[in-house]
Amino acid sequence: MGTLDRTVRSFLLAELVAGMGATLRAFFKPKVTINYPYEKGPLSPRFRGEHALRRYPNGEERCIACKLCEATCPAEAITIESEPRDDGSRRTTRYDIDMTKCIYCGLCEEACPVDAIVEGPNYEFATETREELMYNKDKLLANGDRWESVLARRLELDAPYR
Amino acid sequence: MAHFFLHTMIGQVILTVLEALAVLVPLLLGVAYLTLAERKVMAAMQLRKGPNVNGPFGVLQAFADAIKMITKETVIPSGANRFLFLFAPFLTFSLAMTAWAVIPTNDGWAIANINVGVLYLLAISSLGVYGVLIAGWASNSKYAFLGGLRAAAQMVSYEVSIGLVIVSVLLAVGSLNLNDIVLAQRHVWFCLPMFPMFIIFFISALAETNRAPFDLPEGESELVAGFFVEYSALAFGLFFLGEYANMFLMSGMVSILFLGGWLPPIGIAPFTWIPGPLWLIAKILFCLFVFIWVRATFPRYRYDQLMRLGWKVFLPLSLVWMVLTAGFLLATGLLPQGGAS
Amino acid sequence: MMTQIVFYVFATVLVLSAGMVVSARNPVHSVLFLILAFFNAAGLFLVAGAEFLAMILVIVYVGAVAVLFLFVVMMLDVRFAQMREGLQRYAPFGAAVGLVLLAELALAFSHWQVAQDIASVPHVVAAPGRTNTAALGDVLYTHYVFLFEACGLVLLVAMIGAIVLTLRERPMGRRQNIDRQHERTAADTLAMMTVPLGQGVAANGGFRRPEHSYYIASVPGSYGVTEEPVPQGKPVDKTAQGGHGTDNHGGLPQ
Repeated sequence: MGTLDRTVRSFLLAELVAGMGATLRAFFKPKVTINYPYEKGPLSPRFRGEHALRRYPNGEERCIACKLCEATCPAEAITIESEPRDDGSRRTTRYDIDMTKCIYCGLCEEACPVDAIVEGPNYEFATETREELMYNKDKLLANGDRWESVLARRLELDAPYR
Repeated sequence: MAHFFLHTMIGQVILTVLEALAVLVPLLLGVAYLTLAERKVMAAMQLRKGPNVNGPFGVLQAFADAIKMITKETVIPSGANRFLFLFAPFLTFSLAMTAWAVIPTNDGWAIANINVGVLYLLAISSLGVYGVLIAGWASNSKYAFLGGLRAAAQMVSYEVSIGLVIVSVLLAVGSLNLNDIVLAQRHVWFCLPMFPMFIIFFISALAETNRAPFDLPEGESELVAGFFVEYSALAFGLFFLGEYANMFLMSGMVSILFLGGWLPPIGIAPFTWIPGPLWLIAKILFCLFVFIWVRATFPRYRYDQLMRLGWKVFLPLSLVWMVLTAGFLLATGLLPQGGAS
Repeated sequence: MMTQIVFYVFATVLVLSAGMVVSARNPVHSVLFLILAFFNAAGLFLVAGAEFLAMILVIVYVGAVAVLFLFVVMMLDVRFAQMREGLQRYAPFGAAVGLVLLAELALAFSHWQVAQDIASVPHVVAAPGRTNTAALGDVLYTHYVFLFEACGLVLLVAMIGAIVLTLRERPMGRRQNIDRQHERTAADTLAMMTVPLGQGVAANGGFRRPEHSYYIASVPGSYGVTEEPVPQGKPVDKTAQGGHGTDNHGGLPQ
């Protein structure tokens, strides 16, 4: 580019006009927005959302209170207490997750030997109070019952890569 | 009836109030919808949809925002100067409204058709600095203060080139009356013979209203939100409305000085059927669209580049153009003979 | 009647705010009162029918001069306790100066005489039908154009003087030559290299921009730039790179 060419271009604001042309073209293009509450984007089977405690098909809870998830949790969001149940098996008496502490890293899920604690596909669990985010065992088990079909399918899809 | 309004004092007062309302109500509605239009247009240029939940196409979004703004709590920072802190947004807002008194919306349709209309506009827009400066100082906050200083320096700098561009226009018109300025564009709009000045005026108007790409006073990355960091609720809303009303005002000035005000593009039949105010509104809306278009396109200027552009590019250019205009008019004998108005 | 009321309102506020300018404790408030005073003066001009002067007063004094005042005053770090410290010590001296001034003014005004033929002194009257803007233009640009230009020249000299006195080269900044920056193209600053697999970039000279591109947009004489930037497109001998600056430009050692 010669000096004259450059000078003329800069006085004619060539680059500014080109930029405005680009935005004007975009103005008439079809929009890519997903209409969120009515449309949702696809989720990977590995998506780490709200936690759930799963059960075996016979209704027995999977968690054996090994406390590996509690130990591995980097945010120390998980609190577990356990004692032998009447039938002699070891079960949790308390399984709390502080969802305000949780960083959704998925290490609890990785650590679990029995696929009991998992992070599900649900990301719409906003609450109006802070207290509602202190999940206890009942809440987590209820989550597991609610999402079980999806959770099982996700584990199945992700299994080849584990 | 006509006698009551034109020849009694109370009648005249009522008439003036009605005239002011006739301008201000559409203006405020326009400002409310400009905020929505900005979000919609910017969204479209970024391949998004923008607000579309409140009402069809999001038309009620403006009112939702207003209700939110009004019901929030006004926080006054400790150590702030209470009176000045609350005075600044009112100043900004009311100045943006006051200026509309002289804008003619049709031949002779202005609330105050004064002889020095252009100077009045210039004076009002130069007062806009105070809202910003006082807000920055009264907040008792570093960010606000720095933002206020930046904004003031920027507005004062670009006023110089705005003034000189206006002088070029005045040379061609021979009157300071806004009505005369529009009438002088019957044959050709000034944006054609003075195209470079039109561009300079428009860019300076962007800087004068602190709009992107010259929105350094509120540069989020380094000043959080500039001079109105500490403002909340209604006080913030007034600043917000003031800024958008100023955009309207600057668009109005561009339309009147360069785009022929209420005049149709060509003075022949199909164009002259449309009444003048509609032409003016169309031109103002076009300018506002360009304001938003520019915001969606360009990144923010650096501060030294901004000052360089104002003082080292626009000032000499507009000065040279002013001399050229005067010389050209004198040489061709087109110079309007003084004292016409 | 109406005009008189308006006049007295403007005049009262003007005088009161002028008083507040000197008596306000906070200097920022003083400047704001000064602005109020300017405003009311503009209002008085309007009452007198000099709308051009009124607008110019607002534009020039309120819009520009007072902004600069406010700028400076806001930056001041005012401590009120410190300001009141020396009051007792300086009060007698200040009072003495004030008394002398008052006495001089009294002397001057007691001998003031209005010229007998004041009515016959010629003064400019706008021709009927001419706006006062046009009348002012006649006086300034036609009758007294040389004096007016001389005033402008004096102001220009003052401005240049102020700039010369305060302008200093700051060696610690690296200033940008905007024109060169605009002229810069990708080819000036970007070199494509083929880096063999496994060798890493250090063996190939590290992450470095082309040598000639470093100060392509810097002003000669600013920090780190010891010579005129090399014209673009001209490659530089690799051994000459040490002469460019004091630092290593963040590149890896070769």
